[in-house]
Amino acid sequence: MTRAAAVIVLVILAGVIVSLVYGSMPAIQAFGFGFLTSQAWNPVTENFGAAAAIYGTLVTSIVAMVIAVPVGLGVATFLTELCPHALRRPIGVAIELLAGIPSIIYGIWGLFVLAPFLQSHVQPALISAFGDIPFFSTLFAGPPYGIGMLTAGFILAIMVLPFIASISRDVFETVPPVLKEAAWGIGATTWEVMRYVVVPYTRVGVIGGMMLGLGRALGETMAVTFVIGNAHKISGSLLAPGTTISATIANEFTEAVGDLYTSALIELGLILFVITFFVLALARYMLMRIEQKSA
Amino acid sequence: MISTIFRRGAGAALALAVMCGAAAAIDISGAGATFPYPIYAKWAEAYRKDTGNGLNYQSIGSGGGIKQVKARTVTFGASDQPLKAEELQAAGLVQWPQVIGGIVPVINLEGVAGGDLTLDGLTVAKIFLGEIVKWDDAAIKKLNPKAKLPSQPIVVVHRSDGSGTTFNFTNYLSKVSPDWKSKVGENTSVEWPVGIGAKGNEGVANNVANTKGAIGYVEYAYAKQNKLTYTKMVNKDGKVVPPSMETFQAAAAGADWSHAEGFYEILTNEPGAKAWPITAATFILLPKEPKSEADAAEALKFFSWAFANGGKMAEELDYIPMPKPVVELIKKSWANVKSADGKPLLH
Repeated sequence: MTRAAAVIVLVILAGVIVSLVYGSMPAIQAFGFGFLTSQAWNPVTENFGAAAAIYGTLVTSIVAMVIAVPVGLGVATFLTELCPHALRRPIGVAIELLAGIPSIIYGIWGLFVLAPFLQSHVQPALISAFGDIPFFSTLFAGPPYGIGMLTAGFILAIMVLPFIASISRDVFETVPPVLKEAAWGIGATTWEVMRYVVVPYTRVGVIGGMMLGLGRALGETMAVTFVIGNAHKISGSLLAPGTTISATIANEFTEAVGDLYTSALIELGLILFVITFFVLALARYMLMRIEQKSA
Repeated sequence: MISTIFRRGAGAALALAVMCGAAAAIDISGAGATFPYPIYAKWAEAYRKDTGNGLNYQSIGSGGGIKQVKARTVTFGASDQPLKAEELQAAGLVQWPQVIGGIVPVINLEGVAGGDLTLDGLTVAKIFLGEIVKWDDAAIKKLNPKAKLPSQPIVVVHRSDGSGTTFNFTNYLSKVSPDWKSKVGENTSVEWPVGIGAKGNEGVANNVANTKGAIGYVEYAYAKQNKLTYTKMVNKDGKVVPPSMETFQAAAAGADWSHAEGFYEILTNEPGAKAWPITAATFILLPKEPKSEADAAEALKFFSWAFANGGKMAEELDYIPMPKPVVELIKKSWANVKSADGKPLLH
């Protein structure tokens, strides 16, 4: 029974891969390897490339992780070490509720509330603050549209935060009190206890939480579609509109007339599958290295 | 206590009977364009009250509607982009226009109210090509000598999803600008040279409303509901017209449907002093030899009913009903929808 259940998972996975590869054959034959490097996306002439979508997927996910990982770990630390007991449950439940909000709600909120706010307050400030610093001046080049890669990354950060925060909190609570008490005993500060006792003890779980979050960020569709600007272009600026793989598929699949167009969208799906696979493989590898080092 | 239970039981039985009754009536299914969804939904509701028969319409987009009717998974498909006669022939479909609407450019410019600004097709094409980048460009000034135009960058907003609205808008730009035709072309989605993409009519409407200096294009109803600033347009006859029921109707009247094979007729850039240049019809696709004759006959009855009774409801939602002579032509074309023994389904 249990073995059958496990085998079914493999069969389903193989089925997904086979149908994705089969569906993307026309596009693979038409564009070959150039599909990965081309920025073109022209349904009229049926010339497609995935570079802009891949770039957008990776950049928005990186932005999301850069914001969500420190905040998530901070929240977990606060909840396990510093928070008054009466507040622990309400805050913990609130964080978990964030994970239950449907992504379309994040999208609508992002479009109607967050984007106008960023456009009128945050983005002009970013543009003027970093305008003279090389590298950052390209990263935050105007005009402030309100929607764009940064806004999408920000929404994603909020969406993956509960994964990172609640999993980190749960694994932080598994640290045996005696370890922490020993550290307190020799005069360690809270920061030192977290840094040298709790995090090393729980790193596998914490990284697991981050990977769950990253997986969600890579594949998130609706919320991103609303706020990213949906332009098939690679731009150095985080404020510029871009697109992601899943947003492109969601936007264009229903009206994709023509076999090559549909096939190009399916190949985008295949690429997202491969990216996710490599990210997870990389995470496994990192965990293995860490475990070997500590052994 | 017992009597309440009985009453509840009786209520449930009654509800069950009503549901069975509804299930016994014919439910036709359709799928496709999102633009006519509000009016199809309204018609379906009124039709159910009239006849007891229902319509289940999924607004999944024109491309999806074409695909599904070709696969015969729905009774009829709906599309804002008509199929060419050859394609209809190959797929064994008949096609006719069901209702008409208008697409309007909307702007967000401080100090400029609805209808204050006039644009022509060539200028709109240049803006969407990224060749005109500021509101005080000479081309816009020339069309609006009296308006106070700020030196503000133009933010172009277009649809990000595939859309019949985009098809009709880019079709119009291709007709008026050779540059647009060669560089971008016409389709339900195109490779936009500049601008930000927003999902759906409401996405474009909201982005234009939020962004200073923005220009976008939406169905007239969305511009009206969201109180967006629309522009006037110079039409094919060189006259300046505002978007309104009257100018959409003028464009519909100018079209020569009688010579259009399979009603393949796109209403953009129609002649006529009052014609609104970006007018669009939305089409119904029905198999010539339907899988279920009862469903197809019911669908024809529904659309016939809609032509006869649905005009006022359409106008309330800012759509234009098809002109009478065109309806006569359409009804004649329905003779092509035949049962297995070769007889027309609707007499």
